[in-house]
Amino acid sequence: MELVISGNEAVAYGAMLSRVQVIPAYPISPQTTIVETLADFCARGKLKADFVKVESEHSAMACCLGAASAGARTFTATSAQGLALMHELLHWAAGARLPIVMANVNRAMSAPWTMWCDQSDSLSQRDTGWMQFYCEDNQEVLDTIIMAYRLAEKVLLPCMVCLDGFILSHTYEQVEIPDGAEVDQYLPPFNPPFKLDVDAPHSFNAAFLPDVYMEQRVKIQEAMEEAKKEAKEVDKEFGQLFGRSYGIMEEYQAEDADLLLVTSGTITGTGRVVIDEYREKGEKIGLLKMKMFRPFPMEDIRRVMQKVKKVAVVDRNISFGATGIFAQEIRSALHHHGEGTAVFGFIAGLGGRDVTPATLRSIIEYTKGREYPEGDIAWMGVKP
Amino acid sequence: MRYERPPEEFLYSGHIACPGCGASLAMRYALQALGKKTMVVIPACCWSTVAGFFPSTSLKVPILHTAFEAAAITAAGVKKGLLARGITDVQVMAWAGDGGTFDIGLQALSGCAERNDDFIYVCYDNEAYMNTGIQRSSATPLMSWTTTTPNYALKETPKKDIMQIMAAHRIPYAATASPAYPEDFLMKMRKAKEIKGLRFIHILSSCPPGWKFPSELSVKISRLAVETKIFPLYEIENGRKYKLTVEPKGLPVSEYLKLQGRFSQLTDKDMESIQENVEEEWQALMQKIGKKSKIKNRSKGA
Repeated sequence: MELVISGNEAVAYGAMLSRVQVIPAYPISPQTTIVETLADFCARGKLKADFVKVESEHSAMACCLGAASAGARTFTATSAQGLALMHELLHWAAGARLPIVMANVNRAMSAPWTMWCDQSDSLSQRDTGWMQFYCEDNQEVLDTIIMAYRLAEKVLLPCMVCLDGFILSHTYEQVEIPDGAEVDQYLPPFNPPFKLDVDAPHSFNAAFLPDVYMEQRVKIQEAMEEAKKEAKEVDKEFGQLFGRSYGIMEEYQAEDADLLLVTSGTITGTGRVVIDEYREKGEKIGLLKMKMFRPFPMEDIRRVMQKVKKVAVVDRNISFGATGIFAQEIRSALHHHGEGTAVFGFIAGLGGRDVTPATLRSIIEYTKGREYPEGDIAWMGVKP
Repeated sequence: MRYERPPEEFLYSGHIACPGCGASLAMRYALQALGKKTMVVIPACCWSTVAGFFPSTSLKVPILHTAFEAAAITAAGVKKGLLARGITDVQVMAWAGDGGTFDIGLQALSGCAERNDDFIYVCYDNEAYMNTGIQRSSATPLMSWTTTTPNYALKETPKKDIMQIMAAHRIPYAATASPAYPEDFLMKMRKAKEIKGLRFIHILSSCPPGWKFPSELSVKISRLAVETKIFPLYEIENGRKYKLTVEPKGLPVSEYLKLQGRFSQLTDKDMESIQENVEEEWQALMQKIGKKSKIKNRSKGA
């Protein structure tokens, strides 16, 4: 079945097809229509789930913590300030090894008030132990929600699926809605190895003394490492069943490229158009779409970038006092491994400013014109 | 009315509560009333350590530890998760201190109360942040010493009336209880067990190190809190129907206050003003319990 739906509706369809059981959620722009759509699905009996109208995002994630610990498949969605309010519970969810899936509709952080897109909100949660995936279009959003459950429940880590606020969340596209029975085949019912049980009483999340805490952290890191492999597997199997596959990253026109444009989220779609233009002119310029950000695909980054002279990273975020976060992570992955690759870091599109083909052309021209970056950050489109 | 205590214990000996801890006695009674098919949700509070460090546990029922401000909604989540799995016969009990209830956990608790989520919320109120070492909370009584209301800067405001806050949410059941009155305590927990929706139990939980008294006086002091009318034992059904469950003797408050180091700097005058305060609160409660309002609604057109 094909429908013309918004990114937020794609999220809701993904959650419905994943047969989520408990949905605690709190409205925030631009996530709100996810909550509304799921409330409607539940009210009309299309989705048999408990929709919990919590009083805050903090409680939304705490409710997921409780329900997932009891063995239920849980889902929630948020944006920016709401995600920041959840911060404490994000650590709890990962530390408790609960495969909660959450959609984050990327929105810039306040103050000052803003509603529009950038990715600083989710990227600043990078150290919480959540897996993170960034989507390019509405089909990918829907598919990634379903894949997120497969992956999360396999490695027992929570997973965040990110989509650009308004640019995707409120844009309508044609989306293939997978068949429910096929999704059931792909994603079996949630049956975690550890859950609250009166017949086998255990204490969950009890205090760890220094003699055991570190080992618990090692296990989370090991699960992240496992997720790097499993994410590819989960995507491959999805492709076999549904005919769509995304990988953990995508190399576009990248085989022989001297210069690689690195993008995430919706900027990728714009990037493809610009890369095509350059290719038509015979220039060896390609694109790398970053889909999986946590775990960070260090090895794949090295494999792809070591052979490239220049990399132009477009960051729709800023880590104040440092650089764009994707650039930072890529530089750290290449350190000691890709000294020959010059990493140019660009910051563009903060707070919903458009990143147009012209912006990306400027980025490429800037990179072409220099052997090495002049600094760690090059700001794009900033008014004097 | 007397109740036989059930023989089954769900609290192991060897837990690390302080000697004379009212909250350990309270947990023992609560689980005796609720039985094996109970899950306990504990936010940051004394009980997050009393429950045992990994890999130990002091309870024979499952425990889920959660964030400080999230006891209520985590418990609600557990219940919803169980229902989603088709498990309908398990009671979920949130077990939080006064900090996690009156202060940082109030928002989530209010949310659950308004939605009437189905679980039992117990606040064991030892009237300060005892796990961090006796800092004032909004449950700390007037003129009490704590490390953040030290001598010469004793607490200037009275204790927050959590029962009124809960009653205002019109939850099906709210009750006060004391570990010094086990029959009353068990009766209330058993009654709570039979009700659906949010049930709130407020326990005054004596704390020897925090209140500064010898541990052997713990039950006596808990009893005096009731006998002096400082902590009346009552229940509220649906936020409206009040009932006193233990008739207090009406002893002077000084008998309670004088046994505790946290009130050692109070003058006779201070105690008198506390006595007046307690009388006023008592009268207000009596009005809710029995006496009909003297204010009559005006009839139409009058």
